[in-house]
Amino acid sequence: MNNRRRILLKSGLAVSALGTAALLVPRAVLAAWPEKAFHAKKMPEALQALAGTDSASESGDIKIKAPDIAENGAVVPITVSTGMDDVESISIVAVNNPFPLIASFNLGEGALGFVSTRIKMGKSGDVVAVVKAGGKLYSAKKGVKVTIGGCGG
Amino acid sequence: MAKKAIKIRAKLKGDVVTVKALMTHPMETGARKDKKTGKLIPAHFIQEVVCESGGKTRMTAYWSGGVSKNPYLSFKFKGGQKGDDLTLSWVDNKGKKASETVKIG
Repeated sequence: MNNRRRILLKSGLAVSALGTAALLVPRAVLAAWPEKAFHAKKMPEALQALAGTDSASESGDIKIKAPDIAENGAVVPITVSTGMDDVESISIVAVNNPFPLIASFNLGEGALGFVSTRIKMGKSGDVVAVVKAGGKLYSAKKGVKVTIGGCGG
Repeated sequence: MAKKAIKIRAKLKGDVVTVKALMTHPMETGARKDKKTGKLIPAHFIQEVVCESGGKTRMTAYWSGGVSKNPYLSFKFKGGQKGDDLTLSWVDNKGKKASETVKIG
């Protein structure tokens, strides 16, 4: 009887070990994805989680190209460009979205301060471009009016 | 897959390479409801996009479900040569991967 108990315990341990291993694998693969920043519901929280600070000074050297009025919030073209030196990353934030941080682009070797993409916007609000250059955050914003929301249906 | 997961073009002009890419992906946020069943559609979006050329990582992008369906991405970099390979690959939140290589033209 005692013997059986040992076996049960052992097999139980083996199963749980397997379980945790299976859970850990996909996490390790995507370790670089800043989950906390993307799950933040407010912009300062998102910046804090992404860059370790939420203070971004406004800069006139960041240009956002976006429509004044977006007819379809599901597809809002956004282009961010900056003439700054040592740009490390460019992040795009839609202030009024349920999860404001939309995308973060880490520029690699030789990359210029330019990204263009299309985003979803739940309702009208500011689109903020946050540029990390020389270890500091700079931002610029542009208001976009959305006629039909793109988050939800 | 019937459709190509990534369409990509890279063009050299002066000393700047402009990369333009279109990816085929549903980009579900996880907050949208299926109109017929009323149930939430599980999140399914591209999390990471990496672009490499000339043995160097030119750009790493982290995305959320806030990027539009069938995402478009464009960026520029210096230091590319005509005929160099340029590879763009993505991984989504379900671990699915795709990649595509073109020559800089």
